[in-house]
Amino acid sequence: MTDWSGYIGLILQGALVTLELTLMGSVLAVIMAFVAGLGRVSRFMAVRALATTYIEFFRGTSIFVQLFWVYFVLPFAGVTLSPLQAGVLALGLNVGAYGAEVVRGAVKAIGREQREACVALNLTRGQAMRHVILPQALPLMLPTFGNNAIELLKGTAVVSLISLTDMTFQAQVVRAQTGSTLIPFAVILVLYFLMALAISTGMRWLERRVTRGLDGVRT
Amino acid sequence: MEWDWNFVWEIMPTLLEGLKITILATVLGAAVAAVVGLVFAILRMTAPKPIARATSFIVEFIRGTPLLVQLYFIFYVLPDIGIRLPALLAGVIGLGVHYGTYAAEVYRAGIENVPRGQWEAAKATNLSARQTWIHVVLPQAIPPMIPALANYLIAMFKETPLLSAITVLELMNQAKSVANSSYRYIEPMTMVGIFFLIMSLISVVFLRWLEERYARVEER
Repeated sequence: MTDWSGYIGLILQGALVTLELTLMGSVLAVIMAFVAGLGRVSRFMAVRALATTYIEFFRGTSIFVQLFWVYFVLPFAGVTLSPLQAGVLALGLNVGAYGAEVVRGAVKAIGREQREACVALNLTRGQAMRHVILPQALPLMLPTFGNNAIELLKGTAVVSLISLTDMTFQAQVVRAQTGSTLIPFAVILVLYFLMALAISTGMRWLERRVTRGLDGVRT
Repeated sequence: MEWDWNFVWEIMPTLLEGLKITILATVLGAAVAAVVGLVFAILRMTAPKPIARATSFIVEFIRGTPLLVQLYFIFYVLPDIGIRLPALLAGVIGLGVHYGTYAAEVYRAGIENVPRGQWEAAKATNLSARQTWIHVVLPQAIPPMIPALANYLIAMFKETPLLSAITVLELMNQAKSVANSSYRYIEPMTMVGIFFLIMSLISVVFLRWLEERYARVEER
């Protein structure tokens, strides 16, 4: 009979790494999403082109390819990253590219009359964006951001392939040491599902928070 | 280390060999996904409540967990209960079931978007259930689904490198083995990235065309 308590501890350690990656990756993704998303609606051609290139590049290849590229190729360019840094960078940039399209879509969805009202009130572009457009666009973004966060969580499994000790990696370790396959994989599947559930519940709560006070503003 | 074109041409045949497997896996995976998605969609829409609920849960579960872990599950756990699959088949099943859950959503949305009036009109003109589906509902439901399904096809294509983790010799795995035996990572990894980028840029153009062709049926 195998003593499972040690192995469960190992998987829970992995779960922590997975959570850490998801959290840091999401922060980077949100930053990139807003930078690139607002870049795509910029009035400067160069900024728009740069943002579009970033988005198409990162949406055109998968997280797996990007991760390997960051981890194996960048060292030759003199940039050596730890597996954790490589993971956060690849996940954040990848999901950020998807998020950027969401930001752009939401900003575009705010009606013309809102922009015209801003002009009429003599707000600068920055003020209009911060006080009028974004507060209304944010609730439109949240549901898709939630889905993106779950995609990011699922993407973290890939980092186990560059030897980062996340949940999937630890499950492989347990499999190698005990020879049991069902238990480690079933346990981490359930844990991943619970995390995804937590994200979607959290996002729904956040959605209620930010729509509070907006009743009647949008139809 | 410098970029070496000679090395690129040297490894090209190996990479193209891998690309073939990648495309094969995508095509087979798409076929499995189309069928699995249909089964899930029908179960969710027409089965008795407990079964529909259970199906919804399974779909949510598959969508909430990483494809990589599902592939491990199929590849490592199933042999314990006597089902031993070749790596490629395990990969195709994994891809198919994972993306089948996404396809199911597309089918469901497509069918539910057919206005109620169409169903009522079909009933009023005394069409049988079969006739209603074949002549009224599906012709209106399928065209809007096509761009969404193509979108997931592209997504699936980009996910195929995951199959290298269960020893399928597709593009990524070929690149990795070339890199490991020659200690040159820049060219193989970059070439893989370029292959995927080119393929998906082409498919984006194709997708735009599909959207223009199919997304505006109501306006006809």
